[in-house]
Amino acid sequence: MKIQKNAVFAFLFLAFSFSAYSQNVKLLNIDQLNERIKNGRDSTYVVNFWATWCAPCIKELPHFEKLQAEYKSEKVKVLLVSVDFKSKLTSAVVPFVKRKNLKNEVFLLNESSPQEYIDRIDPSWSGSIPATLFIKGDKRKFVESEFTYEQLLTEYKKL
Amino acid sequence: MKKIILLVMLAFSAFLAQAQNATLKAGDTAPDFKLKNVDGKDISFASFPKAKGYIVIFTCNTCPYAVGYEQRIIDLDNKFRPQGYPVIAINPNDPEASKADTYEKMQELAKSKKYPFPYLFDAGQKITDQYGAKHTPHLFIVSKTAKGNVVEYVGAIDNDPEGNNAQKTKYAEDVIASLKSNQKPAITQTKEIGCTVKRKAKA
Repeated sequence: MKIQKNAVFAFLFLAFSFSAYSQNVKLLNIDQLNERIKNGRDSTYVVNFWATWCAPCIKELPHFEKLQAEYKSEKVKVLLVSVDFKSKLTSAVVPFVKRKNLKNEVFLLNESSPQEYIDRIDPSWSGSIPATLFIKGDKRKFVESEFTYEQLLTEYKKL
Repeated sequence: MKKIILLVMLAFSAFLAQAQNATLKAGDTAPDFKLKNVDGKDISFASFPKAKGYIVIFTCNTCPYAVGYEQRIIDLDNKFRPQGYPVIAINPNDPEASKADTYEKMQELAKSKKYPFPYLFDAGQKITDQYGAKHTPHLFIVSKTAKGNVVEYVGAIDNDPEGNNAQKTKYAEDVIASLKSNQKPAITQTKEIGCTVKRKAKA
């Protein structure tokens, strides 16, 4: 009986650590990003491209956290896609996400050629960050600039 | 009437500001410059009298992309300077907007990494604006022709910023290979990826 109890604790502990782990940052390529959006249950996706070394990106991240928190009921999903180097996953991106206590889903873009992935996100993109892709059904809108919360909200509501 | 004139002037100055910052394209004349190198000497195109062309790279001290490309820029100079295409690196960042990019910090970096190429300070970001450099690193390959210095290629050094893809397309090397065989490069423009050029805060 005691063993069983321990097993239950062990199971609960593992389950808990797994859910904590899921807060971590996953590698994701463009195909996987498209799949995530296509198969997701939300109706609007706000995909923000950022990096730990990009000051204006870091400045606007709280706005994306706020948008997700305040408009959750409208089935909006914010995806934060970092374009940091893959080698920076555990040394920079994961610690950053923890330090800032980011609640949104965070990914690290698993692509090597910007010349390819940039055009697949949007041909008008110069490659500069911050940049944000809004998707609602068939509608796609790409904005290559930094947002205040009001500007972000305006773009979101225009969809 | 005064208001209209003011509006027209405003529109015109906005147009000028934009025109100033448009990035050069293949076929454009590459503006010459006279900028201070980390050794204190002025450098211009004429500093390389035997050159057939130039690899002009706007790059900086601490941007992760610039750091990632640093060794590849050194390698480009070591490989192509003897063939007539020296690297000329220019730091486009304003040192007030980016404290890591002061002239002194440039000197320290060039010394510690033993840069074989000149690393120039662009006071007032004038040359940065003439070329329309937007990110670091931003590459302009220039050929010396009878008609002057002509831009042949603008964009990225290769398609692999992180530098771990053995199959990478080396745009810069391909362009110079074409120029050496008296051909126009097949690719004359790519998207340069890197950190935004740091501008002086507007008064």
